Amino acid sequence: MQAPKPLRLDAILKELEQASQLEHLQAATLSLREYYQIDHVVYHWVDSTGEQYGCGTYDPAWVQHYIDQGYIRVDPVVIGCYQRFHPVDWKRLDWSSKQAKQFRKEAVEYGVGNQGFSVPIRGPNGQFALFTVSHTCNDEMWAAFTEKHRRDLILIGHFLNQRALAFEPARKPEQARTLSPREIDAMTFLAMGYSRAQVADTLSISEHTLRVYIESARHKLGAINTTHAVAQALARGLIIV
Amino acid sequence: MIRYIYADELKNHHKLASGMFVDRADQFKTRLGWDVNVDAKGYERDEYDAENPLYVIWENEDGSHGGSMRLLPTVGATMVNDHFGHLTDGVRIESPLIWECTRFCLSRSANGRVAAALMLAGGEVMRGFNVKHYVGVFDARMVRIYRAIGSSPTILGSQGEGRNKISVGLWEFNEDARRKVAARAQISLAQSESWFNRAFGGDNIKLVSQKELACA
Repeated sequence: MQAPKPLRLDAILKELEQASQLEHLQAATLSLREYYQIDHVVYHWVDSTGEQYGCGTYDPAWVQHYIDQGYIRVDPVVIGCYQRFHPVDWKRLDWSSKQAKQFRKEAVEYGVGNQGFSVPIRGPNGQFALFTVSHTCNDEMWAAFTEKHRRDLILIGHFLNQRALAFEPARKPEQARTLSPREIDAMTFLAMGYSRAQVADTLSISEHTLRVYIESARHKLGAINTTHAVAQALARGLIIV
Repeated sequence: MIRYIYADELKNHHKLASGMFVDRADQFKTRLGWDVNVDAKGYERDEYDAENPLYVIWENEDGSHGGSMRLLPTVGATMVNDHFGHLTDGVRIESPLIWECTRFCLSRSANGRVAAALMLAGGEVMRGFNVKHYVGVFDARMVRIYRAIGSSPTILGSQGEGRNKISVGLWEFNEDARRKVAARAQISLAQSESWFNRAFGGDNIKLVSQKELACA
């Protein structure tokens, strides 16, 4: 019997790139949960009108209960992240009210987990989304997990949101993000095997400036790291070597 | 002390907020002669203040404004991308790991420690929220101040001459720079972290005890 092929993050993101409906985002949350070996991965979109939408691995009974109880107005994660743009560990939120305590107790009963990390995402025109991972473990384990993965989690949350925006018919699509000539030059030299120092030197810019150009290109290409970004740029024919 | 306040919370800090917008008018309009809008209240505000930015503010002991700066993620609307693309080699700087820092402002009474304290706070934000770089717009006068604090940006591009020179720059922040600006600000790293934790919630709240979990 063949062992199942371990999931790779770049492969999950490649799948995500093809996503054209909510079910595909749902599949991505399942893959991400398996990849990170945690209890839950959730993407939650909240509109300025209070309309919500999303996908993820929570027990559907919890999702229904959350909606029925109107917990969007109680949930300290939503309250603490709405209109914000910094990622938060759930420990840092305000769980002191009686309602919040009850909410937390029920969330644990429904298997949400006792730990969580959420990334607020600002989209165009007041769109707001949250990307959340949650788990059941002690504080030390959770701190180690978030420290190790928070960069990637921030990026993944933004990719999910970009996909969700792209296929929502009622939404104004984000302006197509093309690479500038400078970014294309940087990616081309990297693809040719130049070191960062050589690329910076060739383009007559500092390495610090180059890092920011590469980071901007990486974001626009929906890539998790520089190697992945170069591969994406090649695959899309944006660069030729 | 350092305060970290989102725009929608400024209403709870009237004196501080009012001082900040008035000092911004004083710095950018009166002293630098920038083409900025000052309203009837004497406040300098622009469209990015309406994007619910995060302000980092030095609060003097009497509760007044000593200095401040404004942070926004570059995945949304930013001054650099909207107005200064010609200074960034045409690159639209955009990533959740890069934030924009603008309207770095010091009140007339502020000393060098305030500028350093703001930089130190900028470093706390980077460490706490996984921000790798800041991109910012600043005036010629700030170049000297940043150098004096030991936190000079990499300049991407500039326009104008002399005191009218406006530049777009990049900051990174490492442990070494952090210690340097902390020393310049005469603020201990522990103190700086405690201000940050006070604003964004401590780490010591137990969500659910193990006992509760066992029952669940």
